Amino acid sequence: MKSRYIPSILILIFLITFVIFFKGLKNSNIYTPDTNLKKEVPSFELKSFENDSIVISEKIFQDNDYYFMNIWASWCIPCKEEHEFLMELKKNDKIQLVGFNYKDNFTNASSFLKDLGNPYDIILSDKDGTASIEWGAYGVPESFLVYQNKIIKRFIGPINNDDLLEIQKIIR
Amino acid sequence: MKFINIFLIVAIILNFNFLKADEIKTENKIAKNLRCLICQGQSVHDSDSEFAISLKIVIKNKIQEGLSEEQIYNFLKMKYGEWILYDPVFNRNTYFLWLLPILIFLAGGAIIIKRFYYKK
Repeated sequence: MKSRYIPSILILIFLITFVIFFKGLKNSNIYTPDTNLKKEVPSFELKSFENDSIVISEKIFQDNDYYFMNIWASWCIPCKEEHEFLMELKKNDKIQLVGFNYKDNFTNASSFLKDLGNPYDIILSDKDGTASIEWGAYGVPESFLVYQNKIIKRFIGPINNDDLLEIQKIIR
Repeated sequence: MKFINIFLIVAIILNFNFLKADEIKTENKIAKNLRCLICQGQSVHDSDSEFAISLKIVIKNKIQEGLSEEQIYNFLKMKYGEWILYDPVFNRNTYFLWLLPILIFLAGGAIIIKRFYYKK
């Protein structure tokens, strides 16, 4: 009687293991954050990029406008890719671009902007990357669409033409 | 006089180190419990990626602000989701994960008891 059960139990265990691993195979184990979050804008204090004056977050995001917060750095190659779309976005006067200069030095960053154009209305410098963590960001480039003090959309990696169209559709 | 001065300076420096040791200990403990999101196989403590370096600074600042370990975990969970914690929380998605070892342990115990006690 005992030997009759053992093969079927073994097959069952094998099947369960197989199903679990097979399902796990399709699960992505790469960190994929939620992109449609309705989170409040974190409060922070940062130095301005141009001069050393301190800027408070509440002063930037106070109006009823749309804001596009973009984390960039001159050493980041994908940032160059997305730059033309930021310049395109700048033409829209319903949105204000806030740049977070991430772990960069002033000389390199200013020559980056000189070569490719400056799309930002305000640039803040996040020297040690801690303010970006308050936003839940984990790399460059990363962008957040802000409206009424809430993050309404998040873009990981460089924005492309589709993202640009989507943003323009939202802010219309 | 010179000797005393040097002695005093050394004593002061040593004292500062003593104060700091505790903070560094919790700092490392927290960093070891966090998954580095860019370099997935590593903890934040082990990693030297830009993200991990910044996160270590954030942890340090939070400790200095007086936040407890629990509060820091909650803060990071809010920002990055549960994925950042190495120690999964007990909820609907993870109860299988937490209870399976206990179930296997009990089943094994039952088999052993059956073998050794009921044979007699």
